[in-house]
Amino acid sequence: MKEGKQRLRQLLSGNEAIARGAYEAGITVAAGYPGTPSTEILENAVLYRDAIYCEWSPNEKVAFEMAAAASCAGARSIVTMKHVGLNVAADPLMTLSYIGVEGGMVICVADDPGMHSSQNEQDTRQYARFAKIPIFEPSDSQEAKDFVKIGITVSETYKTPVILRSTTRISHSRSIVEFEGRQENPKPIGLEKNPPRFVPIPIWGRKMRKKVEERLQQLSQAAAQSPANRIEWRDRQLRIVTSGIAYQYAREVWPDASILKLGFSYPYPNRLIREFADGANSLLVIEELDDILEQHIKALGIACIGRDYFPGIGELSVTVLQESRARLEGKEFCGMSSPKYIDCLPARPPVLCPGCPHRGIFSALGKHDVVVTGDIGCYSLGTFKPLNRMDIILCMGGGISMAHGLDKAGEKKKIVGIVGDSTFFHSGITGLLNIVYNKGCSTIIVVDNRSTAMTGHQEHPGTGLTLMGEKTTAVSIEQIGKACGIERVHTIDPYNVKETQRIIKQELESEKPSLIVSRAVCPLRARRKVGAIRRIENEKCRACGACLKLGCPAIDGSKEKPEINEYLCYGCGLCEQMCPFKAITDTEETTS
Amino acid sequence: MNRQDTQSVVLVGVGGQGILLASEIVAQTAMKAGYDVKTNEVHGMAQRGGSVIAQIRYGSQVNSPLVAKGTARVLGALERIEALRYADYLTPGGLVVVNSQAITPVTVSMGAATYPDNAEDMLQDQFENLIYFDAAQKAIELGNIRVANVVLLGVLSTGLDLPAETWRKSIATCVKSTYQELNLKAFEEGRNMAA
Repeated sequence: MKEGKQRLRQLLSGNEAIARGAYEAGITVAAGYPGTPSTEILENAVLYRDAIYCEWSPNEKVAFEMAAAASCAGARSIVTMKHVGLNVAADPLMTLSYIGVEGGMVICVADDPGMHSSQNEQDTRQYARFAKIPIFEPSDSQEAKDFVKIGITVSETYKTPVILRSTTRISHSRSIVEFEGRQENPKPIGLEKNPPRFVPIPIWGRKMRKKVEERLQQLSQAAAQSPANRIEWRDRQLRIVTSGIAYQYAREVWPDASILKLGFSYPYPNRLIREFADGANSLLVIEELDDILEQHIKALGIACIGRDYFPGIGELSVTVLQESRARLEGKEFCGMSSPKYIDCLPARPPVLCPGCPHRGIFSALGKHDVVVTGDIGCYSLGTFKPLNRMDIILCMGGGISMAHGLDKAGEKKKIVGIVGDSTFFHSGITGLLNIVYNKGCSTIIVVDNRSTAMTGHQEHPGTGLTLMGEKTTAVSIEQIGKACGIERVHTIDPYNVKETQRIIKQELESEKPSLIVSRAVCPLRARRKVGAIRRIENEKCRACGACLKLGCPAIDGSKEKPEINEYLCYGCGLCEQMCPFKAITDTEETTS
Repeated sequence: MNRQDTQSVVLVGVGGQGILLASEIVAQTAMKAGYDVKTNEVHGMAQRGGSVIAQIRYGSQVNSPLVAKGTARVLGALERIEALRYADYLTPGGLVVVNSQAITPVTVSMGAATYPDNAEDMLQDQFENLIYFDAAQKAIELGNIRVANVVLLGVLSTGLDLPAETWRKSIATCVKSTYQELNLKAFEEGRNMAA
């Protein structure tokens, strides 16, 4: 506490704390692409818009490159993404490691152990080792904020970008954070005219390569002395090395153990690890996802216990570690039993919301025996029954390229590729270009709900608004399609069943590639109902089940005849158009 | 309160029912009461109508933001069968407050699963200390079904050692000013029901 004055303390999520850290660290440039669990970092950084320029870039690679250049020019920057986003940005990452930075740069990557909202589990620590740059792993929101600032200092001292690795439980847990003031960046901004410093053509790149190795040695020393790493000496008989959220679980399960808590975990602080392990009877290594620390500690010639007792699949928790402890001590553990009635409970998977415009497209596709290649977004939920209209998903933008791959492989069925509006701009355009260039004939549907919906409705190049809230050019998907050389471009209203079905049928029959833009704003984003609430007239309903094929959560099909929940209905009217007996009407008509 | 005295609260329901706001209110109340606090919430895909859990822990020093199985002092459920799904979080004899509202999962609507018709019996059998009532109906009577979460909190607050006045203060700071009065009324309604 400064001069007896109480600092402001707030309960912040890890993501809010990282944004606060960016502010306090004097960062002036922030970019990213939305992705759970990282999204709220930039949404909170923009609250400091007077101090920090913030943007949603079309994808992580673009965000990374713009932040990298800002830092090469002396600015302090942060770029944010989820773990799979770093795959997209891996190309600039690997070479920026060589070039380095002038102003501090924090690459904030949020991993998702347990795959709460992701298509895979990746341990971003592997990327730190791969790119030979430092990584920081906070254990709570206070550290999330502090490590941005320590990261900026390390980044500027060693002229290297640094990674801040969050995980779902860091990003989306709240804990108390003490606020401090902002430290402005003293550096003047401007890219120095110095090609050997910034141009990694082989003659200069080879020199950079050597410097990277020297830097690693220096950073290992720095890590051993960093305030981000600490030893908590308690019972010296049992010693634990851990990092990130795993520290919190370990501290609860072994309250009396000595712990080496690594917040600056790579380059490995070897001196500190040796000091901690010296004379240990038993050394446990507890880490979430890959056994990176364990393998390194073993390579140092230090005996330790890790993966044999602590799982590498999914996330850790106190309960998981309690089970590991019981096994280590040869005891019985009964804390993992399931709730008594769990087998009697119906599953409650996430579903497309009532009123979701994607439902119109998947319902229409259900009329055709086609293969549908999909993409990452709310529309992934179109995979589930009863819609059941997504056959393969790989990654963002992948729906377009995979449609072409099936086409060229000789797939017998017609092929439809699905992409979202945000993911079209993210990485769909090059796939579309490829279809035209290489004479494909897939039907591509952009399910354009005017926002990056799954992550909470962020802006993108098509929405006409920036993250800073400024009006900008709303880039036209149709015009991009035409510029790529697609001749057959259609825009449809997915709530209009007949028209949607007509266009899809027509384009499936065409021998040329086509682009269908299905446009309707996400009702959750618009914060309004699509139309009048619908109801089912019991006497007209013959319980044929046509409306239930929509998989709408507002229609309860568990009774003898389906019923519409008036609180859940968004009035999209798809069910009314599905009903062959005209039993579904809008409430405004029937009550007036 | 020492480390072993950390209190854990688990709130469950269906995406869109207002679990996140309820969790924020509990956390702010504990913080205003002078405790260290950690919470965890589920964001992203699971929010789209899926089963949702929020966890709050408070005490003199809290480590894990996640509640260990069998340790929650209070379990609040905004949907009746969701309490059964997360029953293993509760400490034996802990307070369970359940909104009797049933929200049909899409798996049931399409006939792939059935919604238990004896949920109340299961709840009575599973939990020793159960308060089971129609929070949604109370909320509708108060003027807006969306405050069912705060009605539930009112009941649940009686199972925690946090001062009533602190609850009211944190509700006032957590909701928009236009909804303050309604939410405070909802809280009192719940609180009175439990009394």
